[in-house]
Amino acid sequence: MPELVPSLSLKVNGVLLTVTPGTTVAAAILMTGSSTRRSVIGESRGPLCAMGVCFECQVIIDGTPHQRSCQILCVEGMDVRTS
Amino acid sequence: MSESFDILVVGAGPAGIAAAVAASAAGKRVGLVDDNPAPGGQIWRRGGSQPAVAHNWLTKLEATPLVRLYGWRVFDFPRPGTLRAESNSDCRDLCFEKLILATGARERFLPFPGWTLPNVMGAGGLEALVRGGLPINRKRVLVAGTGPLLVAVAAHLARHGAVIVALCEQAPLRRFIPFAASLLSEPAKLLQGIEYAMATLGTSFYTDCWPIAAIGTDKLESVRLQRKGKQWEVHCDYLACGYHLVPNLELPALIGCRIEDGFVMTDELQRTSAPDVFCAGEPTGIGGVELALLEGQIAGLAAAGETEKAGQLARRRSSRLGFVRALQAATRLDERLKGLATDTTLVCRCEDVPFEALREHTSWREAKLQTRCGMGPCQGRICGVATEFLFGWGPALPSTIRPPVFPARVSSLGIPGDGDCAGESITAAAISADVQKEPL
Repeated sequence: MPELVPSLSLKVNGVLLTVTPGTTVAAAILMTGSSTRRSVIGESRGPLCAMGVCFECQVIIDGTPHQRSCQILCVEGMDVRTS
Repeated sequence: MSESFDILVVGAGPAGIAAAVAASAAGKRVGLVDDNPAPGGQIWRRGGSQPAVAHNWLTKLEATPLVRLYGWRVFDFPRPGTLRAESNSDCRDLCFEKLILATGARERFLPFPGWTLPNVMGAGGLEALVRGGLPINRKRVLVAGTGPLLVAVAAHLARHGAVIVALCEQAPLRRFIPFAASLLSEPAKLLQGIEYAMATLGTSFYTDCWPIAAIGTDKLESVRLQRKGKQWEVHCDYLACGYHLVPNLELPALIGCRIEDGFVMTDELQRTSAPDVFCAGEPTGIGGVELALLEGQIAGLAAAGETEKAGQLARRRSSRLGFVRALQAATRLDERLKGLATDTTLVCRCEDVPFEALREHTSWREAKLQTRCGMGPCQGRICGVATEFLFGWGPALPSTIRPPVFPARVSSLGIPGDGDCAGESITAAAISADVQKEPL
């Protein structure tokens, strides 16, 4: 019988994704190949510091904007949107 | 809402954990607050392997009676004896008799063409993402910058299956000789070094070498490297690039702790110039985990009034300060790194301010006012450090610090703050009592 690996599902820009508990939202976004935000002049950006300092990884989580995805763990049913 | 503590510790990395455990063991009511969802700081981040010392301290912490405020950001110092913090859904005043600041350090980033491309990130940054679940198996990673963190990161990523295409250290090899000498008196660190070297065996290691451009359309595709006049291009999936560490001084500066040469000044018992405020770990000098643990214990004991025990540990601390100086000398930035940014290279990533817009200015304050450099959500945490090196402007801190030191919700900024802590607690209790009296 195969061992059950704990997992949870969330949506990143509408795409369903399964990750293991303890995965940060920033890591989940990178798994989908998406960037995290558009800069003032329109560049694609991704995480830089991954420790809550640079704010490059800000996304919308469950409708709340400006969430630093590197500091937040994935939760079952979470809805993540990048800009 | 407010909470009161005998001793409040800000930062749950090695220094903060050691401080909180020591203060709690001395019988004090301790609060431990950290922005991250779990304790350990950047160096003992969960996910993947941990050294035994991390496991020991995290286990000790788990068994320690204290109030854990993980996922809380301190953003204001509304009055003496009180810090204000918010979580993703709440805001609280944290009142204290004594405060221990263990705010840690962050990576220093230097701007170069292409450094804003996705998948160009900090060295510690990529390691944190991998610990946070990012698959790195068979990905090609170039590790670059300066400092011992690079070797540790390369080793960690290699263990997770990454192909380390090269490790580039900006310092020339001769600068590392005094540093290696300081390691000889630190056997534990020497062992770590050997372990890292073994794990990264087979990887090209270049000294006197750094990335001059990151190339790609929507994300990183390759990196151009330079060493002694030679240039070449390397294809990779990630560039993990950090130029050593700088301390997180925003909170010490806001509280008014004296800062000299970029570090918080403390006495032998980790007391800062601000009354009842102690500081431990990287903000007092970049010295690594062992020194941070020692300083944390000293601060915890001293804050709890166990001066004699703290004094005994303080003598052990002074023997380790040579390592701090050697590390600082080894990681000194090459002046040629100032020439990496071109006119159009963005220096401020939040507000997209290019190098050419900043060159004409003479101070951080002037640049902020004229160009919006440092006015975005990171509040200059990234570009303030870079401009200090690039333009030789005076340090951005402490002169320009003001609350909130982190972006905070409007509702958090608006909470009443006139009463003292005890008064607010009583009010909160009275309100909840009233609510209970209401008929359903």
